[in-house]
Amino acid sequence: MALARKSSPHTHGPRSTQWLMQQVLIATVPGLIVLTSFFGIGTLLNILIASVTAIGCEAAVLKLRKRPLGFYLSDYSALVTAVLLGIALPPLVPWWLTVTGTAFAIIIAKHLYGGMGYNPFNPAMIGYVVLLISFPLQMSAWLAPGGLLVDGTPAMGPDFMSSLKIVFLGNPIDGFTAATPLDAFKHNSGLLVSQFYEQTPQFSQGQWAGFGWEWVNIAFLFGGVYLLARKVFTWHGPVGMLAGLSVMALFNYDGGSSTSNGSILFHLLSGATMFGAFFIVTDPVTSATSNRGRLIYGAMIGIIMFLIRSWGNYPEALAFAVLLMNFAAPFIDYYTPPRTYGHSKSGTIIHRSKED
Amino acid sequence: MSDVAYGEISRNGLWNNNPALVQLLGLCPLLAVSGSVVNALGLGLATLAVLVGSNIAVSLIRHQVGDAIRTPAFVMIIATFTTCTEMLMKAYTYELYQILGIFIPLIVTNCAILGRAEAFASKQPLLPAAFDGLMMGLGFGAVLLVLGAIREIIGSGTLFANMDLLFGPVASTWGFELFGEGYGFLVMILPPGAFLVTGLLIALKNVIDSHQQARLAKTKATPVKGSKRVRTTGAIQ
Repeated sequence: MALARKSSPHTHGPRSTQWLMQQVLIATVPGLIVLTSFFGIGTLLNILIASVTAIGCEAAVLKLRKRPLGFYLSDYSALVTAVLLGIALPPLVPWWLTVTGTAFAIIIAKHLYGGMGYNPFNPAMIGYVVLLISFPLQMSAWLAPGGLLVDGTPAMGPDFMSSLKIVFLGNPIDGFTAATPLDAFKHNSGLLVSQFYEQTPQFSQGQWAGFGWEWVNIAFLFGGVYLLARKVFTWHGPVGMLAGLSVMALFNYDGGSSTSNGSILFHLLSGATMFGAFFIVTDPVTSATSNRGRLIYGAMIGIIMFLIRSWGNYPEALAFAVLLMNFAAPFIDYYTPPRTYGHSKSGTIIHRSKED
Repeated sequence: MSDVAYGEISRNGLWNNNPALVQLLGLCPLLAVSGSVVNALGLGLATLAVLVGSNIAVSLIRHQVGDAIRTPAFVMIIATFTTCTEMLMKAYTYELYQILGIFIPLIVTNCAILGRAEAFASKQPLLPAAFDGLMMGLGFGAVLLVLGAIREIIGSGTLFANMDLLFGPVASTWGFELFGEGYGFLVMILPPGAFLVTGLLIALKNVIDSHQQARLAKTKATPVKGSKRVRTTGAIQ
């Protein structure tokens, strides 16, 4: 009798990369809706431009590398990179900026390192950082959230036609911008936090942590919880990051003096915190691989984020923190291998081989 | 001595064994100051001068200096030439000297130079050693120049800007702007750009090499085989 011989793995999950990526795309929807309602169609335009560029670049590189086009294009990974980058970029940045960042992310950060599954750094974050250090002027201009009252008049975003003109013709955006809560908070000098909150419209009109931004973060949290419920990733990365950030904020809050670094709630609901925790930190390729490793990886991202937010030159630091920890992910993996089946305890790879 | 292969030496220095693209030596100055053509050219010329000088000197003393103390002796020689070059630059191209700053004295630590002294000049007579220094220096300088040009074009949108720092007021009009006022892609001027462009240049060299090899293999006639029959018995000649 001839027995079919099969090697491991013997159990196969029904999930494909395609399914995972679709889930991620679906989960960005609540965040996108809130972003669009506060900041206008800028983010959607970013995503549109980024997606077209990403698919074009992906196809071109795959062609050059003589890889099957249909197989790799239909896994949606390029699209996810484009969507994440489009969300991270300020709304209504000029189109060539989005194109440059996306091309950089797909061609250099992803495919030069071997393509899907081989990239050591998160492509979307690479694209973002390249743009941030190359074009600081355009990258630091955020629109004022619609409905924010400044000196009694509500901030209005540009309408549809003028949005298109800003993105594609390079019309000036200056009339519509305002400091983000993180940016405003960074430049607080000499006021108690409670006074500062009262005097700054971004905070006085918000519920907890800055008008508009708190809802953006809650929406991304909502999307993240959906992904968690669908078991797209485990809780370790996001919880690690949020815990790292919270602990740092707790120890540095000092009750709201003029040199305070912001409360826990402020840090959790500002900038890219939730977006980062659930959509960037959880990238399976560039993060640590074991559960314990992911906890450490996430916590370190939260800590670095807080350090740069509080004492660095940039108001927000998700991209830098993630890239720094991408560097460290193999190192974390080295010291946190899970227990091997049949062995009593886990240790580093070196220790285990000595035991044997 | 007449059988010294000068062609081989120049091919090695400029292409096959290029210090920057193949040996990957002296990357620190290569990456740090190649933000514009004028910086690259300045450092390239300085390195070339030191390399030729040190190769000549090392070759001249190769019979007098014992093995045990050769490395300190070589470093001493290289440091001397570097100091001379530095003083010359300070005298004649003061502004460029200020821009290049620490990287001129750092030529001492450029492994390419010590490497050539150790691997070539200390075993060869004067002329080949000098020629090797020249070719290695040119190879290094050429890569530096290409790197500087690419980074200057993409990074700041200019080419040959500020050449008057090196060639005097005559050259002040050599630079031109390619993409208009206000262009700038800062990441290419910063260190990441240097790494990226160097990597791409190395890739380009490898592509050219493999193409050449493929062409060579094609043009080389396949040797005509004799009898196709396999001999199974008797003595094989």
